[in-house]
Amino acid sequence: MGVVEVIRHDVVIVGGGGAGLRAAIAAVEADPKITIALVSKVYPMRSHTVSAEGGAAAVARPDDSIEMHGYDTVKGSDFLGDQDVIQYFVEEAPKELTRLEHWGCPWSRNEDGTVATRAFGGMTTKRTWFAADKVGFHMLHTLFQHSLRFERIVRYDEHFVSKLLIENGAVRGVAALDIRTGNVRVFIAPAVILTTGGAGKIFPFTTNGTIKTGDGMALAYRTGVPLKDMEFVQYHPTGLPGTGILITEAARGEGGYLLNREGERFLTTRDYGVGQKAELGPRDMISRAIIQEVEAGRGIEGPYGEYVHLDLRHVGADKINQRLPFVRELAKTYVGVDPVEQPIPIRPVVHYMMGGVDTNMDGATLLPGLFAAGETACVSLNGANRLGSNSLTECLVFGARAGQAAVKVARGAGAGNEAVLRRQGEEEQARLDALRGRRKGGERMSVLRNAMNAAMERGCGVYRDQNGMRATVQEIAQVKGRYADLGLSDASRVFNTELVQALELGNMLDVAEAVAHAALARKESRGAHSCRDYKTRDDQNFLHHSLVYFGAAGPRLDKKAATLGCWVPEERKY
Amino acid sequence: MSETETKTFVVTRFDPDRHAEPTTQSYEVPVRSDWKVLDALNYIKDEIDPTLSHRWSCRMAVCGSCGMNVNGQPKLTCKDSLAQYGDSVRVEPLANFPVIRDLVVELEGFLEKFKQVKPWIIRAKEKAVTEGTYSQSPEELEAFRQFSMCINCMLCYAACPVVANEPDFLGPAAIAIGHRYNIDSRDEGAHERNQVFRGEGTVFSCSYANECSEVCPKHVDPAAAINQAKFMAVLDWAQSLVLPRGGEEK
Repeated sequence: MGVVEVIRHDVVIVGGGGAGLRAAIAAVEADPKITIALVSKVYPMRSHTVSAEGGAAAVARPDDSIEMHGYDTVKGSDFLGDQDVIQYFVEEAPKELTRLEHWGCPWSRNEDGTVATRAFGGMTTKRTWFAADKVGFHMLHTLFQHSLRFERIVRYDEHFVSKLLIENGAVRGVAALDIRTGNVRVFIAPAVILTTGGAGKIFPFTTNGTIKTGDGMALAYRTGVPLKDMEFVQYHPTGLPGTGILITEAARGEGGYLLNREGERFLTTRDYGVGQKAELGPRDMISRAIIQEVEAGRGIEGPYGEYVHLDLRHVGADKINQRLPFVRELAKTYVGVDPVEQPIPIRPVVHYMMGGVDTNMDGATLLPGLFAAGETACVSLNGANRLGSNSLTECLVFGARAGQAAVKVARGAGAGNEAVLRRQGEEEQARLDALRGRRKGGERMSVLRNAMNAAMERGCGVYRDQNGMRATVQEIAQVKGRYADLGLSDASRVFNTELVQALELGNMLDVAEAVAHAALARKESRGAHSCRDYKTRDDQNFLHHSLVYFGAAGPRLDKKAATLGCWVPEERKY
Repeated sequence: MSETETKTFVVTRFDPDRHAEPTTQSYEVPVRSDWKVLDALNYIKDEIDPTLSHRWSCRMAVCGSCGMNVNGQPKLTCKDSLAQYGDSVRVEPLANFPVIRDLVVELEGFLEKFKQVKPWIIRAKEKAVTEGTYSQSPEELEAFRQFSMCINCMLCYAACPVVANEPDFLGPAAIAIGHRYNIDSRDEGAHERNQVFRGEGTVFSCSYANECSEVCPKHVDPAAAINQAKFMAVLDWAQSLVLPRGGEEK
């Protein structure tokens, strides 16, 4: 194929959401000379960080402490979070949220002018900072707008990174499809940070936007970097039936109740392990409680399956309008329910990947020069279950640290062999050209996507069992086989979204494979991984992280010790 | 909630590699009664014609990707209920923007405008993180909060009669965000932004049509922001005449 364009920067960041933007700002602040390529398949303000609603956690009140935030996070993780990582996180969290305040984030306020905090699931006290119920939106736009100050953050919007470029065992840049032109561009840099978010779209019913296809996870996985703790998939208890649109946990933080078909507040009347916390228990437990209510015949029939009610009526119109205006708008728009007047139908919905690219605290991976942060990464903050409002803060704390660490690597590195890297880019251009509109007929994209989604939901849902997971492993392998025969009918070079979808589906299938294999191997119940045939936690055999390595003939599994510390594993009961 | 009826979607198609001018294509779609316009476009893409190109992501009216003209009106298609329309629905790219392909429009011009208003906190001296947060009362927050709700969906540019005649007009969303920072109690950059606002093709080009505020899916009310910005830009200019060194004494 023809000659591809080569672009040089000191650091390439893939993804322009919360973690990517924070990494970019940290990097340019760390060194006044370097330049950053911020490469995103969308415009940064479209990134899925925008959809986060409830808040970001950091100690702010006199009745709170760093230790309490640490303990809550360890316990929430079902003792699989690495305690050194958690310690660093809780110490940095208040600084990062303060920084965002200085950059203009419109945090909601107390009467005295200080930042207001609200209650959240699994948190001992009010430590979740919020901007009404559009926290991700405000954080993302604040970061994006602040990033515009820096001429040295050079954006490449609507560029889909399809390959990591490697030379002599180190990452040396990326090849990216310019979606608008169909041309591959080669970005050469001695450090690459993956910040592409999670992979909720491997499931059929998810809060995630359509862009959450695990791109960064798959890019790293294929180069031999392991994915860690992929079996831990968080179901958020409260999604709207049908669409899966998120109704924030803040609705319960502000006093909302969960009710079954009899109008019973089942979290207070039955033992689901959440104790006095009731609706403010952690997400894994509340999701299981809802499924059990439905299985016991106490769910409510609807056109999209059975659901339960989230009741905000007693919270009152004033508080709903002030603190939960987006919840009201979403419920009215997407299920025709005004929460001031009626309870909202909700059911558990895939929300967040605790697992991701295995990194250390710097965001560094096994591959020299390659970093990851945010939901893409698994730095082991969240263990087997993430607490709500820790992930937005995670994007800031570990995005910033990865940005700074990448700069150190970039400073000492050589230029990379342009001829070698250009050739890799040309090969990528040839591959994509061959894929584009290659065959009418063949397997249909939507059919394969639905088959993958259905397999994941059947085997890797809230409750899992060995037979189901084994079947899912096989089905995913079959869909991967059929993917080789994918039909593509759009031959245009310009804004070919069918081609992008094909690449995304390939990424999702790799991530789905890792999730299913990791799930099958963990023969215990811990956090979000709940097995019907292994009902209890087994610290003797499974107090470790799981690693999945890519292999052409199927993945290879390994494990890695969890980092313990002052908090000794105990029964997780609230 | 789940019965279906068939509607015809007349969709603009344009591929610069193959077409000199945009054309239209019709699709018959079995529509569920709770669907939005975006659901029908996704159905077309998945089940009828994979060559259709459109942008979307969050499908919950916050990422701002899926703005299009529906029956001639700028709409956020993930929020725009199909039940209000008849048997035939016309879907076109947002008006007043160059078209890249099908329903995908060019946003680069907007991003340039957006940057011109310096949409970030400007301070003579930045506060250290160790000094904690700025104090801001709920009233001070409320003063600008509404103008911080813009999702950059571009519906206001598609509706604006001034943009239609004067493509370089700074436009509703960019002015609203600049004004949002001007009235944030933490910001000290109003004088800089007011100089931008007094330039050609900015706040004084606005003709008070109010179309922007009518189409805004987030009730940002950019028309109100523009009016306030005009007043402040004039006041800032008057002060610069009265006070020495452009009103920046000390």
